[in-house]
Amino acid sequence: MAHSYTPGLKVLKSTKVRKERRLPIKGKVNKIIGDQLTPDEIVATTDLPGNVQIIKVASQLNIGPVDIFDILKVKTGDKVLKGDLIAQTQGLFGMFKSELFAPINGTIESISDVTGQLIMREAPIPVEIDAYMSGAVTEVIDNEGVVIKTHAAFIQGIFGIGGEARGNIEVLVNGRDEELTENLLNESHSGKIIIGGSFISLNAFKKAMKLNIAGIVVGGFNYFDLEDIIGYTLGVAITGSEDIPTSLIVTEGYGKIQMGQQTYDLLKSHDKEFASINGATQIRAGVIRPEIVIPYNENSTSGEISSASEKGIQKDSLVRVIRAPHFGSMGRVLDLPHKLHKMESETMVRVAIIDVNGEKYTIPRSNLEMVETD
Amino acid sequence: MVLKSILATDCGSTTTKAILIENIGGEYRLTFRGEAPTTVEAPFEDVTKGVLNAVMEIEELSGKKIIDNDNIKTPHKNNEGVDIYISTSSAGGGLQMMVAGVVKSMSGESAERAALGAGSIVMDVMASNDGRLAHEKIKRIRDLRPDMILLSGGIDGGTVSHVVELAEILAAANPQPRLGQNYQLPVIYAGNKKAQAQISKTLNEKVDLDIVDNIRPVLETENLEPSRDKIHDLFMEHVMQQAPGYKKLTSWTDAPIMPTPGAVGSLIEMIADKENISVVGVDIGGATTDIFSVFQKKFNRTVSANLGMSYSICNVLAESGLENVLRWVPFDINKKELVNRIGNKMIRPTTVPQSLEELFIEQAIAREALRLSFKQHKEFAVGLKGVQKERTISDAFDQSNSGESLVNMMDLDLIVGSGGVLSHAPRREQSAKMLIDSFMPEGITQLAVDSIFMMPQLGVLANVEKNELKEEARKAALEVFHKDCLIRLGTCLTPVGNVKNGTIVLKVILTLSNGEKIEKDLLKNQLFRIKLDYEPIKAELIPHKKMNIGSGIGEPISTTIYGGLVGIVFDGRDRPVTIPSKAEERLKYLNEWSDALDEYPKKV
Repeated sequence: MAHSYTPGLKVLKSTKVRKERRLPIKGKVNKIIGDQLTPDEIVATTDLPGNVQIIKVASQLNIGPVDIFDILKVKTGDKVLKGDLIAQTQGLFGMFKSELFAPINGTIESISDVTGQLIMREAPIPVEIDAYMSGAVTEVIDNEGVVIKTHAAFIQGIFGIGGEARGNIEVLVNGRDEELTENLLNESHSGKIIIGGSFISLNAFKKAMKLNIAGIVVGGFNYFDLEDIIGYTLGVAITGSEDIPTSLIVTEGYGKIQMGQQTYDLLKSHDKEFASINGATQIRAGVIRPEIVIPYNENSTSGEISSASEKGIQKDSLVRVIRAPHFGSMGRVLDLPHKLHKMESETMVRVAIIDVNGEKYTIPRSNLEMVETD
Repeated sequence: MVLKSILATDCGSTTTKAILIENIGGEYRLTFRGEAPTTVEAPFEDVTKGVLNAVMEIEELSGKKIIDNDNIKTPHKNNEGVDIYISTSSAGGGLQMMVAGVVKSMSGESAERAALGAGSIVMDVMASNDGRLAHEKIKRIRDLRPDMILLSGGIDGGTVSHVVELAEILAAANPQPRLGQNYQLPVIYAGNKKAQAQISKTLNEKVDLDIVDNIRPVLETENLEPSRDKIHDLFMEHVMQQAPGYKKLTSWTDAPIMPTPGAVGSLIEMIADKENISVVGVDIGGATTDIFSVFQKKFNRTVSANLGMSYSICNVLAESGLENVLRWVPFDINKKELVNRIGNKMIRPTTVPQSLEELFIEQAIAREALRLSFKQHKEFAVGLKGVQKERTISDAFDQSNSGESLVNMMDLDLIVGSGGVLSHAPRREQSAKMLIDSFMPEGITQLAVDSIFMMPQLGVLANVEKNELKEEARKAALEVFHKDCLIRLGTCLTPVGNVKNGTIVLKVILTLSNGEKIEKDLLKNQLFRIKLDYEPIKAELIPHKKMNIGSGIGEPISTTIYGGLVGIVFDGRDRPVTIPSKAEERLKYLNEWSDALDEYPKKV
């Protein structure tokens, strides 16, 4: 059967979601296989090496670098406190001595008689990793973290900003084509994940941040408004570390685009339920899309995320057009002809014939996205 | 030894491309190509799977057996297998390096040139005088996690302390390699000889240190070769060994795997050397744009890491500004709509322009990405800085400094374009016009595109070092480059100077090989072309007395030029091209220039 490999976004009612929770460097894992976790539980901890300060001993005390060891009061490995004497010159006949004191609490890491410098390292910085979503530990990665699995509804967006967040879902619009406007948002939404329809304006999103809303999920957002929120022009879609109180997940793209029917319906069916979301997006090799995980309250962890995209687009697949013209339209695949087809731009491409509300469109296959449903 | 067949692959970050070159009737030709998704990442995590899939496609098309038991069969025997198998790689983000030097514009720049020349992406240039505090540098090294670091600084016999200071910062950062936690980060030291012992003492326990000859032994000389070679060795020995499946791939190949841009660069260098010409090569990809140039026999490469046509398309917009993109768009569009459309290409990078309007927008962006990348290249491809020059009285009035750009557009003989937007443009006229609009050639410049982006594979083929294969491999690379890789678009003739609109800037008399004569006048701000094939054409070029076509102001030239798939393009526009800012006027000019080349289909 004709098929085409086109990446798709997942909109799954019931699946097994697997999350690796890993430390940036090796450390201690606090959980064992089988532990049931809530999203806030700490699963692993470690210490990042402390910051380093370089002290220019020779130049500050006006001596040659080779003489550094003669005047130092400390040696490599010593622990010193801020204000401790670390070096003192002989002075003239025991008078006019120059002194140097430790600028921070830390350990002497190295001393060089070539540069006349001394390097001090501050105390380690503790790092903790939490569970992010409720579920059970199914695997422990030695000294690094755990793998958590949960039975959940799972939705991917196309683009997001802001990192991990969680809260109860609240659908504020009456349909997927309705805009999430400023006046729909109020104090009672603080800490929640708000579902809109086709669009959220810059002002409405700013209000959401002010209200400390945990997350916003909408169909579209204006690209040129992003700068106002993140403080710089987003040149490459690598996000997740923005320091903003509200994470944003866009399900369709830039502009005003109604949310996909399946996405909207699934989110609506989980209104008022608890969800974990992550706006982090990386669009490059090894793509990461933003996600919404809505765990079911049960302990089953068997099975894997099903993935229809591995089969690719086939006849009768539900697809979404992801580039102009017809951007945002959804339809069923009628045919996947073998021959290359000349488009209006004269680009020769492989196409799919799709049915959108009774009308036939010829669309390049690479401009289609599978809508993966279950 | 005549090679019957050669298999070459290029493992890119998304696609692995394979080509088969065969000796047919005494000449080397590209016969088949195949491609498959690269398999470096989960769930496969073995690059050889993608290689075998791409080769399988060649097997299917050619009916020839190349794979035997999940292995490439060598040598060629009974019409099975191949004589040579070689590969390049940029999978997993390519080779990512950090370089350091004492003075940013001197040893720092030389180190950057060596790293770029070896085909790496330079993530940061650290220098004693870069204005950052030590702890900021340490944090930066830790955060970046490069694959390799090149440390340089000081001329031989000069001061030691600055470069040792840099080494101390490196040691304090205790950098970890990007791939795998079980090996030490390779660091190359290519600085002051006198500091070698101190550098070893400072770094030996923390990193895997290699010491090579100084990159800048004296101020007046740059010695990049030893560092470049060491980078290639370490890329193979360390970085490639950590990437999934590369150990196996290395055991298959007959020559070391090269970083993709390193292979392209070496090919461009070889062409410039062999034909004794100045060349600019460009590869515009989804995330980055690489520019290679050879001027005055000096090779330079730059990578504009965030100027590309999909992943970093929005960065092109951010860096060039909306107005600069819009000036190339030949239809009326709302600015906000344009920005959202470009944003949507970034988040859905694999889509293709279906409508003509979408194609206009993509090619407008491409012009800006190319222009900006070339601008960066011109700023980087310079003579050595810090070199004392003997000055005469007349020089005292000349404001030029050491470190002037080597790129001289009037001297440029050939521009070679590659990358999807140039190689796969629906009409070749579009590729030619994009190259002209963005590179702004002056005088007489040939234009060409790489048909299917096989320069990486040909580059590594030209670098096979095995004695018994060397000569023939080089011959094969050159033959295929000229016959199958390079598509000759034609020649662009651009007189440069300042005259009023409507003035005749160039008179041209062309004599074709069949004796036919063509006479044409080019007016200021006019653009037209004559369709002529790739063959030698005698040209008499007589510029206006205030214009220069290559020999000096008002000086005529008799020379031989070549046509191509597009032909001879006569470009009377300003340098840089002036485009009116008023929408109506802008559209009039854009459409006139576009029609002159039959660039786009007429919309019904």
